[in-house]
This record gives sequence, C-alpha cells and structure tokens, in this order.
Amino acid sequence: MTTLAIVNARLLDPATDYDGPGSVLIEDGVITRVEHGAAALMATRVIDAGGLCLSPGLIDIRVRTGEPGAEPKETLKSASLSAAAGGVTTIVIQPDTDPAVDDPAMVDFIQRRGAALNLVHVRVAGAATRSRDGQRMAEIGLMHEAGALYFTDGDHVIADSRVLSRIMAYASAFNALIACRPADPWLSEGAVATSGELATRLGLSGAPAIAERIQLERDLALVEQTGARFLVDQISTEAALEVLARARGRGLEVAASVSINHLCFNEIDIGDYRTFYRLDPPLRPESDRRALIEAVRDGLIEAITSAHTPAPAEDKRRPFAEAAPGAVGLETLLPAALSLHHEEGLDLLDVLRPLTHGPATLLGLEAGVISAGAPADLILFDPGAPVVIDAAALRSKSKNSPFDGRRLQGRVEMTVVGGRTVHTS
Amino acid sequence: MTHSNLAADLIADRRVPFPKPHFLAAADLNPPFVLALLDLADAFVDLNRSSTKALDLLGGRTVMNLFFENSTRTSSSFEIAAKRLGADVVTMPVQTSSVKKGETLIDTAVTLNAMRPDILVVRHGASGAAALLSQKVGCAVVNAGDGRHEHPTQALLDLLSLRRAFGDVGGLTVAICGDIAHSRVARSNVALLSMMGARVRLIGPPTLVPGDADRWGCEVFHDMREGLKGCDVVMMLRLQLERMDGALVPSTREYFRFWGLDREKLAWANAGAKVMHPGPMNRGVEIDSDVADDLSVSLIQDQVEMGVAARMAVLASLSARLETGA
Repeated sequence: MTTLAIVNARLLDPATDYDGPGSVLIEDGVITRVEHGAAALMATRVIDAGGLCLSPGLIDIRVRTGEPGAEPKETLKSASLSAAAGGVTTIVIQPDTDPAVDDPAMVDFIQRRGAALNLVHVRVAGAATRSRDGQRMAEIGLMHEAGALYFTDGDHVIADSRVLSRIMAYASAFNALIACRPADPWLSEGAVATSGELATRLGLSGAPAIAERIQLERDLALVEQTGARFLVDQISTEAALEVLARARGRGLEVAASVSINHLCFNEIDIGDYRTFYRLDPPLRPESDRRALIEAVRDGLIEAITSAHTPAPAEDKRRPFAEAAPGAVGLETLLPAALSLHHEEGLDLLDVLRPLTHGPATLLGLEAGVISAGAPADLILFDPGAPVVIDAAALRSKSKNSPFDGRRLQGRVEMTVVGGRTVHTS
Repeated sequence: MTHSNLAADLIADRRVPFPKPHFLAAADLNPPFVLALLDLADAFVDLNRSSTKALDLLGGRTVMNLFFENSTRTSSSFEIAAKRLGADVVTMPVQTSSVKKGETLIDTAVTLNAMRPDILVVRHGASGAAALLSQKVGCAVVNAGDGRHEHPTQALLDLLSLRRAFGDVGGLTVAICGDIAHSRVARSNVALLSMMGARVRLIGPPTLVPGDADRWGCEVFHDMREGLKGCDVVMMLRLQLERMDGALVPSTREYFRFWGLDREKLAWANAGAKVMHPGPMNRGVEIDSDVADDLSVSLIQDQVEMGVAARMAVLASLSARLETGA
C-alpha cells in the first residue's frame, strides 16, 4: 500500500481554525493522520512542503459547463482540468445544460463522465423544474437519490410563488437544499447593469438593486412557510444582506453564496463597455462590494463560488448589452480570493472557510477539512507568489476572464484529489 | 328456516333509527351507533351472500342517486343497496358543466324535492354541497362524496372491512398514505377511525399533506419507512393524474419510488398488516399489483363487498328514522 506524507507545511484548516505548522499522512485516498507542529511522518512518498500553505481543496458549488449541449464552450474535461489547476477539488455542475439536468439519468451521466476523467470530483446540482421551465416540478427525490447535491433553476428565476412554494415543501421530504437567484424577474428584465448614475451615463438598461431584495423577501417568506433548506444563490447587494441577516436572526435555515467577481469588482469596472464584466447579477456599486466582503468576514455568507460561466469569443465580442453574461473563474478563484486577504485584510482562514468547509457543510460533503478520516482533497499553495493572469493560458475552453491582465498574489503549487496528485505547477 | 330468513330476522332485530336526519359526515355518528350500524351491516353481508339477497325494508320508498361527478363504484353500490332493500331507485348522472353555481344546485334540489324522494344520495365536486342540499329538501340526504370534504359511507365500509379482518378496530394503527390534501376518504376515515379508538397516521409528500394535518389528532410522516413502522393497516389513496405532472409531484415514477406501496415498503409495517384502497387504483403509481392482488394481505375486494352492506345499513337506518316520523 502506498502512503503519502506531506510534511513541513503551514496547515490551514478552517474547520478547526488551525493555522500553524503541521503534516498529514494519506493512505488509500484518505487522511489518516494529522500532526500539528513539527513531526516526522513515515510514508512511501514524502513531500516536503517547505512551509507552503496546505489547505483543504476548494469546493466550487456553481460551475457551468457546455457538456452536454454546448461542448465548444466547455467540456467536463476542460472544466475539470481548469479546476485542478485552480486548486478546486470538487465542482458542482449547474443544471442549465442542453438537455437540462432534470432527471436522475442526467445526474448519473454527468457524475459518471466526471468520474471517468479521474481528475476532480464532479458533482451535480439538479434542476428544480423540468427543463427549468419554472412550472413543472422536476424529479427532486430521484435526482437526490442519484447524488444531486442541491436543486436550482440557475439563472432562471421561478417567478410563480405557488410553484416555488410547492417545490420547497416537496423538497423538505428529502431534506434537499433548494437554491434560488434572488432577482425580481420583472424589474430585472432586459437589465445589463445596476440602475444608477453610471448605467444612465453609459446608456445601459439597469435593474434597481432592490430587485434582489424584493425577490429575497419573497423567497424567505416561502422558506418560513415550508421549512425548506435554502441557499440564496449569488447574493450581491447590501440590501439583500440585511434581509438575510434578519432571517437568520429569526432562526431560518438559510445559507448564501457570493460570486468571487462581486467581491473583487464593482460597477466602475464596466468602464468602457468591457464585456468580460458583463455579469449576471450585474456588478454593483462599491458600497455593495464592501458589504459583501464584511459578510464573508462575519460568516453571513457560507460559500464563495467562481460562478464559472464559459462564453466563447463570439458571445463576448458584441456590444455590451448584447454580449453573453458571465465569466470563467475556476483557475483564478484562489488568487482572486487571496486578494481579500492581501488587500482587504481578511484572515486567511476567513477567506478559505467559504471556499472549503462552508460549502462542504452546506452540501453534506465529507471534504473541506483536514482531519483523520476525511478524503485527501488538499492543495498546496504559495499565498504570496505574484501572478499575472493570462486569459489565453487558461485551461478552460473559453477565455472570458475579467481578471485577464490583473496582477494577483497566490499560486496553486499542487492539487491532490483523493490522495492522487492531479496538478502541479 | 333458510339462511336468508335468519339474516332477515337478524336485520329486523338490529335495525336502529339513524341518529340524525341526514348522513353528511362521520361526525353525524357516535361510537355506540357505529357499533350498531356495523352489526347491522354484518347481517347484510350474510344476506348478500345468500341466494335471495332481497328484503322489503324500503318498499314504497324512493331513493334518488344524484351524481354530479363521474362515479361507477359508489353509484352502483348505492343503487344495488337500495334495490336489495326494495326501494324504487332513480340514478341521475348530472353533467357537472350545467351545475356549477350554488344557485343552480339549489334549483336542482327544489325540483327534485317536488318529486318527493325519501332519500337523496348525493355526490358533488364542491365541498359542502351535500349539506347545502340537505337544507333545501324535505328528505334524508346521504353524502356520497362532496369535494375534498367527506365521504362518510366509504369510511364506514372501511371500518366494517377492518372489523371483519381484525375483530376490533380499537388499538389498531392505521396509516393513510398518499394524497391526503385532496382526499375526502382520508378526512372521513381520520374522523371515524379516531372515534373508534384506532391510531391514525398520515403519510405522503409534503405537497399532498395539509400543513395543519398534525392538528387532526394524527401523526404525520413524509417518509414511508418511518411512517409504516408499527402499522397494522396501510390504506392507500388514489392519486389524481393531473396532480402527478410536476404540479404537486414530479412524476408517477418518482411517486411510486417513494410513496407507492410495494412488497418492500409493506414489509416495513407489522407482520400480518392489511392493505386497503378505496379504488379505482392507479396500479404502479400508488400501489403495486403484486400487493393489490394478493388476497392474503389485500382487503381491496372485501371493501367493495362491504360497501354494499354498509350502504344497506345506512339506508335501512335512515328509513327506520323516517318510519318514526322524526
């Protein structure tokens, strides 16, 4: 039996709040020993980390691919390679494929295809409604049984409150997690920016920030009525954060995710109509970004996602309003998140928690921790290494990265999934 | 003395006047009268199994079957029950489309009342329709199902089937499974079974169990394994097809996987547990044929037979009340 020891590392384990020297021993893809402080571990293969950071692998709960249906944008393989390079050891594929992931066979198909790649863990979020039509409930129970981690219609808002109420009630029989994008569909219709002075000056149609708050208030009222487990998908405004905090205060079981883009950019970045910043939800004013960073620091937000949305050049080389929304982000997730540490002063553990232990707990995964018995999904990274993001060099098939040309700090040196090294820089 | 004569004597002895002028809901009954009614129904079972099958208890009486909703089973059951008791029976299938408003229903009642029926058996898609009719006519009204409200004779025949299978209903644990929210059968059964000392559980997906069902004096479960544990009886309910297409339940296959009764799920109940279904069944949706057709566990055929006897008992008791001039 081969064993692997990673020694002389700076262990960062958000689950136990440990940040200090340590080593881990891995056998059969599982962490079998964790030593804090200096310790000599015997193994068939020993890696001397030389003081690099060793943390749980990142878990990205919102990854869109083009497989099946739009493979030129992204395949499960290119997404997995991109994830491995970015230190992401688990990706959760969104159901907005073609056909949509709205039955157990599709869940099974994507999981099998992902597993066959032998790279990162490929998991699935199922659609909440059939074909994501917002009307007919999808087979939540069977998909849950097949391994779907949560249920969402992705960027399609379920406008009909009766439909969403029934979905939430039904899902509670399986203790299944429902995720919704908070965006009032009527206020948001056709919007490509946040209403305000900038959008007006640029002549872009905007949606008011309260569109998010309005929808979230509705969603949370339904959560209260049905007792569903609920994830606010990609929260992006200060007003919505206040609603979320109030709901938590009332004891509602509500989690929230935020995209890394909304933590790193604000509406000013749209500047001269750069379509790599055409996102959904649109970029917000700086005050919202600051509030989101504080929510990450305080733990109000459980998960930071890459919101990985591949869009090929033909979808982005268009006038701003006509360009496809979204950005790739798997490979840039860690250095972008580390900018919160370097530039905003967040503790490293507070940055890593919503990328590891937070989403793992939310989705009931065993990963996201460095402890005996946990899967050996780990990354070694140098938090201070300077990097210049080169979109053209990304492993993703689509190169629409808003970080293109940005100077960041943090490089993934090694990605280990189930004890196997799947990436070294 | 022939078998049927013995039954006739027994029936004459056991026939007691109905406690209320109408039979609209399970709450119109009380425990001692339920027992009397079941005893009378037992005698009717014997009569129905004899070659003669007829008595003249309702001779000269007119029973009108007024069905505003499609029905084969209940309508036939009432018709046979009334005919075996010697009544003149008129069965009127009424097109629902022409009778949608309360006003029209009352007009119908007034018209029928003028024909001087003695007992009106009513099925209607609106909850409370039978009660409304009862206020407008001068005859006895039997509720044969009103919307999502009640179907009391179904609960009575279920009780009769259970008593014959188990000897006593008191102390039994009965799980009612499926579309509780839209089921009048469930509501009547919860009331009557609880009245007679059974413990009732409700099992179904959260979209098909009313949010306040836990206040009905029942335990509510959404998981069949958990809910069936310790049950003596598993009563399955029919799931309307229009509710299986993603509105309340994602699909028939998912419903069957989690809430459809098959051998595996039945094994979670007590050994010797019996299976019931008011019919008509959606085989492979709420119940597996393998279970439904196994006479060692299924009471479904018994329920149909008991339906005629229970309804004969109800009609006989109502006519006994009419004879007292109450």
